[in-house]
Amino acid sequence: MSPTLNRRAFLSRSALVGCSLAASPLLTRVSFAAAPWEGRLVVIILRGGMDGLDVVQPHGAPEFAALRQGLSAGPAGGAVDLDGFFALHPALSPLMPLWRAGDLGFVHAVSTPYRDKRSHFDGQDLLEAGTSSLEGVRDGWLNRMLTLLPGVEARTAFAIGQGEMKLLAGPAPVADWSPDADLAISSQALRLADLVMQEDPALHAALAEATMLSADGDAATGKARPHVRIADFAAEQLRGETRVASFSINGWDTHNRQDRALSRALERLGDTILALRDGVGPEIWQKTAIIAMTEFGRTVRVNGTGGTDHGTGGAMVLAGGAIRGGRVYGDWPGLAEADLYDRRDLMPTGDVRAPAAWIMRALTGLDRTALDGTVFPGLDMGRDPGLLL
Amino acid sequence: MTFSPDLAALRFGCGLSPALAPPATPEALLAGLDGPDAMSARFPIEDFTAFSEQIAAARAVRETAKNRKDKIENQRVLRRSLTAARNRWHLQRLLRWTWSETPLRERLTAFWADHFTVMGKSSIMLSGALPYEQSAIRPHVAGRFADLLIAVTTHPMMLHYLDQSASVGPGSRLARGRADGRGLNENLAREVLELHTLGVDGPYTQDDVRQLAELFTGLTYTAAKGFAFQPRRAEPGAETVLGKSYGGDPARLEPVLDTLRDLAVHPATARHIARKLAVHFVSDAPDPALVDHVTARYLETGGDLMAVYGALIEHPAAWAAGPANIKPPLDYVASACRALAVPPERLAALEPRRARRLLIDPLAKMGQPLFRPRGPDGWAEEDAAWITPQAVSARLLWALSAPSALRPDLPEPRSFVDTTLGAFATEPVRFAAASAESRADAVGLVLSAPAFQRR
Repeated sequence: MSPTLNRRAFLSRSALVGCSLAASPLLTRVSFAAAPWEGRLVVIILRGGMDGLDVVQPHGAPEFAALRQGLSAGPAGGAVDLDGFFALHPALSPLMPLWRAGDLGFVHAVSTPYRDKRSHFDGQDLLEAGTSSLEGVRDGWLNRMLTLLPGVEARTAFAIGQGEMKLLAGPAPVADWSPDADLAISSQALRLADLVMQEDPALHAALAEATMLSADGDAATGKARPHVRIADFAAEQLRGETRVASFSINGWDTHNRQDRALSRALERLGDTILALRDGVGPEIWQKTAIIAMTEFGRTVRVNGTGGTDHGTGGAMVLAGGAIRGGRVYGDWPGLAEADLYDRRDLMPTGDVRAPAAWIMRALTGLDRTALDGTVFPGLDMGRDPGLLL
Repeated sequence: MTFSPDLAALRFGCGLSPALAPPATPEALLAGLDGPDAMSARFPIEDFTAFSEQIAAARAVRETAKNRKDKIENQRVLRRSLTAARNRWHLQRLLRWTWSETPLRERLTAFWADHFTVMGKSSIMLSGALPYEQSAIRPHVAGRFADLLIAVTTHPMMLHYLDQSASVGPGSRLARGRADGRGLNENLAREVLELHTLGVDGPYTQDDVRQLAELFTGLTYTAAKGFAFQPRRAEPGAETVLGKSYGGDPARLEPVLDTLRDLAVHPATARHIARKLAVHFVSDAPDPALVDHVTARYLETGGDLMAVYGALIEHPAAWAAGPANIKPPLDYVASACRALAVPPERLAALEPRRARRLLIDPLAKMGQPLFRPRGPDGWAEEDAAWITPQAVSARLLWALSAPSALRPDLPEPRSFVDTTLGAFATEPVRFAAASAESRADAVGLVLSAPAFQRR
């Protein structure tokens, strides 16, 4: 067999691996599992602290231009006006058709309960724990949601990419895969690995699953950038039995030359959302909600190196056909000195967990006490902002 | 259910080596543990004092910087040099696993460093994990549990990771003098009871957590001097933990240490530690008789760890047939280095970026990102946590590609089967090693064998 042989074709012809597929809990479940619910939820963790004020720029605020010299120039500097008050960073302009179609929205001035220490590590841990304190917490909020739903199987939820997604950690089963784990090895080596692992059912099943999850020859050797490969893989799963997918996009810690660094990160986010839309297809897209959230916002003022430092209030990005988009949600706090948090950061007026809770409620039908009691213990969800259609 | 040298090397050592003989007897496993630490001398890792001094010196330089740009540049230089240092220390650790003649010391260091997990929560402190291990864990692995517990609970890395250095007694002099809302943080106190000593099912209440947290106020550290006990942060008065009163006014360090000594010899601690050792070294579901046996020895000796290990190793259930537990990624890679007898000069000559690609980035793909534990409870002991499609694929990809870079003169495959798997070589592995298309594939397939992935 040639080394570039399509792996799925190879396996379907291989009697050896055929046996192992039958023994695989992941795959056998998929073949007859009924989908527990129809909506698709994608949670993207934006690691590093996204500057919400630069992404969704309040150019209508009188203080804004002076606070943001050299950054966030509003419509005059190429940002796309959204509603007369807010404007979208130019690097996200490829998403404007989604905004006009009502498939893109934002929530501004939100944060986790994390305050004052402004550490990425604690901030991300708290964002993923979904609690108000890290003490004694061992699981993540998205996993706690899964524990409350019927019919959750190994492939209902996927953690994708390298690095643990702590929001999916916990007792509910979660599948994981990273496109860079694609088994791009010769078919002879794969066949022998299969032989060697055969005497160990657990390892053997995992290898068989890995082989199935590995992209076909073309995609594996393709030039697609890593974040697009992740989005493509997520979309492929969401077309099938998967209902929840989560992954990270890094690169938001823009202390220096934010004009360049933020554009690159936003391009990745924009590409990812478009790849998800194209990948799931029009029908699934209508049932899809994408939430992109970050551990904290950044300082309102530009620092001495053309960037911003760790702050508090920030923005979250919502996308998908299921989203009631075309608007910026949230309770705008203002940018006057007295309106800021600690006289330096955007004042958080909402909890970043509340919109996520309302979206989960609409997608899965979980009741409010499950959400503010178990998924996000102690959260005040407030009134329903109507984020989903 | 009896001792065998090959199983001893797998289960209680760093795996088989073509250059170093496996232990001939159970006693040989323990021999040398309380002797000189030859691996620390041969493959040094900076201790925490030297690490702190390096940071303090860099901070002093930064303070003299004239403007923000210079400060940022200084910070960047420090960060870069620490990242390089921590990657080098990781390679030193791999070499210790490769060349140690007391490999149980490496296993115990890893076990206790995981039991007392820390993680630096800033880009600088992130580099402190191995210096912490070198200073607080390694010297105590063959001593008494109480001394180990005290060393870690008063260590700057632990005080930093579990927020103890931010905890201030609500009635302390420091809190009374200020209005910035600083107060008690229970994080370290809770984990000491739940994870480090009694265990989650142990006989303690939320009130014990709170009282222990009040007793711990005052434990802090400074960049320049390391650990410090600061009475002005301490909550006044005595505290009652598990029904016993500790401390009083004025606040002193000694009652904190007394509490830790009492916790160290508590029967719940003995059982928790005995069970964890059995799970880690023997099986996810250890024979209850083994746990009872180790617990009893722990209690008889007041937590003398050499005696405790002796109890573990002498029990027949510790030698239940065949490799069982899956190796976590770091141990998998390290034991592969041992199987390959990777020459020290080869690792030293690796260009840093190459070293990262070969020996650091793959760990994250296998599910164990270096220096970034998932939480204070450390890495998973359950095999299922490591046997995921992504992780197994990453192991296979690494096994097929990395060895030829670590040892360009790859061993002859058929003899590599024997030196690596010993008594656990099977016919399918021999067949695969003989039929692979290349020597690199053959070596990779041997390292992918269940008998190598497990121990």
